[in-house]
Amino acid sequence: MTDTSLTPLTGPQGPKPRKSFSRRNIFLYGTLITITLFYALPLYVMFVTSLKGMPEIRLGNIFSPPLEVTFQPWVKAWSQACTGLTCNGLSTGFWNSVQITIPSVILSIIIASVNGYALSNWKFKGADAFFTILIFGAFIPYQVMLYPIVIMLREIGLYGSLGGLVLVHTVFGMPILTLLFRNYFTSLPEELFKAARVDGAGFWAIYTKIMVPMSLPIFTVAVILQVTGIWNDFLFGVVYTSPDNYPMTVSLNNIVNSTQGVKEYNVNMAATILTGLVPLSIYFVSGRLFVRGIAAGAVKG
Amino acid sequence: MALLPARLRVEKIMKNSVEIKNLDLQFGSVKVLQDLNLDIGKGEFLVLLGSSGCGKSTLLNCIAGLLDVSGGQIHINDRNVTWAEPSDRGIGMVFQSYALYPQMTVEGNLSFGLKNAKLPKPEIAKRIKQASEVLQIEPLLKRKPAALSGGQRQRVAIGRALVRDVDVFLFDEPLSNLDAKLRADLRVEIKRLHHKLQNTMIYVTHDQIEAMTLADRIAIMRGGQIMQLGSPAEIYGRPINKYVADFIGSPSMNFLDGHVENGTFEVGDLSIPLDGYEFVDASATDGPATMGIRPEHVVTGELVESAPFQVNVEVNLIEPTGSDTLVDCEVAGHHFRVRMDGQSRVSVGEKLRLGFAPTRASLFDANTELRL
Repeated sequence: MTDTSLTPLTGPQGPKPRKSFSRRNIFLYGTLITITLFYALPLYVMFVTSLKGMPEIRLGNIFSPPLEVTFQPWVKAWSQACTGLTCNGLSTGFWNSVQITIPSVILSIIIASVNGYALSNWKFKGADAFFTILIFGAFIPYQVMLYPIVIMLREIGLYGSLGGLVLVHTVFGMPILTLLFRNYFTSLPEELFKAARVDGAGFWAIYTKIMVPMSLPIFTVAVILQVTGIWNDFLFGVVYTSPDNYPMTVSLNNIVNSTQGVKEYNVNMAATILTGLVPLSIYFVSGRLFVRGIAAGAVKG
Repeated sequence: MALLPARLRVEKIMKNSVEIKNLDLQFGSVKVLQDLNLDIGKGEFLVLLGSSGCGKSTLLNCIAGLLDVSGGQIHINDRNVTWAEPSDRGIGMVFQSYALYPQMTVEGNLSFGLKNAKLPKPEIAKRIKQASEVLQIEPLLKRKPAALSGGQRQRVAIGRALVRDVDVFLFDEPLSNLDAKLRADLRVEIKRLHHKLQNTMIYVTHDQIEAMTLADRIAIMRGGQIMQLGSPAEIYGRPINKYVADFIGSPSMNFLDGHVENGTFEVGDLSIPLDGYEFVDASATDGPATMGIRPEHVVTGELVESAPFQVNVEVNLIEPTGSDTLVDCEVAGHHFRVRMDGQSRVSVGEKLRLGFAPTRASLFDANTELRL
């Protein structure tokens, strides 16, 4: 043993050296940079345009930063832009969207998580058939059900109200959320559930005290999916609500597509960014949990 | 208890703790347990032993009430609990994966069941104190399970069953997730715990060493049925069929296929006298049979001379394990293993003289594989 320490080692030793400009690296980073630019450039253009005045926009240099920064377009988009007859900007739509999104997200997640828990742990007769039908629901195009739902909402007196839209969002969130929760709960060790039963916990006690505290990642995923999905929804919003209750996306469309006078690109850009701000901030806040939750739910099923 | 007349007291002690009557369980068309009957005495340590898929864990889950049975009854402490909830059966259960609630502290884990049972707080505190003293987990009470080692986790899991203050403990392969040394340590601890508490314990394992060391009685299971139920010595010494004989013992039993003829066992050109062998059925007739001899019942060296049967073999292979040396050879065309002392010096190709006593061997019918 002592001999080897005296004679110096020859040949390759230690970590293998890597070239930073290998063909593999150039290809890898080249692709990544291209894709990043593809997604980031439009956002950049929108942002700089929203900070320019109209005379500057008419010059046509869409990539150049604003010479004179103005926040007037943002103010206008929020509170003064006209949609048809009213000129309240996006603010009405924003508050409508908040009133639609919060109850829909909470309701759909509560119901779907209990569904998923029951389907994975309390197998009842016909549970598999029920699950199959529910999953099938995820693949039916929404357009097919648009008109029947109009009639149903009319019959129960919710057509045109925010409550009606909340109901629709809750129902349509059910298949995918139930699938998500069922798969997550199935991946939790079954012995935990058994131990809790031996410990005398019932259906709700196991759900609230054992399952929910272990499921933060999947709840985060569900919140993100639902908030972005419901916030970005246009079709249901325009079909099931009346103009007073239009969500933000519909207001945005009305502002951008109103054809009177000059097209105010800066206001349109500001309005669009404002509308996208909520889902965007949700991603930023919970991005890491999101990835973890997606991975956790995807492993088993 | 002391006020009871002596005769009644004896009866109370003799009573069974768990009785399983004609138990059936099937998933769809697959029969997992078939017409199973088993009585477990008060304070008995019963081990359910079998290879995976034999239904031993399923049986335990049925006793715990975690699986609905398809037929039959389960009685615990003379109460029919066939339809009772797991928490109402008077059982505590320990799982292989510990199944500790990860978001609760050790204390929270221990108290969860007691809180569900709406016990008063001082009583909960008292029981947690007792259990943690018995299991020596007092310093860990404020920790979360993630901050515990495997052995500590399993101790907490046992504690969770302990605080329930029940008569019957169910263990579902509790040591299988631990490393070999820890497993041996906790095995002793479980045995000590049983001596101290004198509870009925039903213990599922696939590890025969665990079964042999812990059990008062072992139930060997296969295909949803109990093959043999008896004390470890009985199961080791007088296996009821070839499967049990092969399953118990490591290294496993040597088998010689031959036939019984006029009080001798004929295999190849050998004829082994069966003087002193205890036949199950004294009127057993001659016919094809299999003889089983445990590697540790074969003697070598000076002891050979006193053995009733002797044979010369050639050493094919040697497996030293430290304490013992296993020698592979051939007897009458059959693969044959012999356990020798670890000190003995043998080498491959060497000639060896073996001896064994037919009284310690087992004979099985070649067709039914049942003990003769």
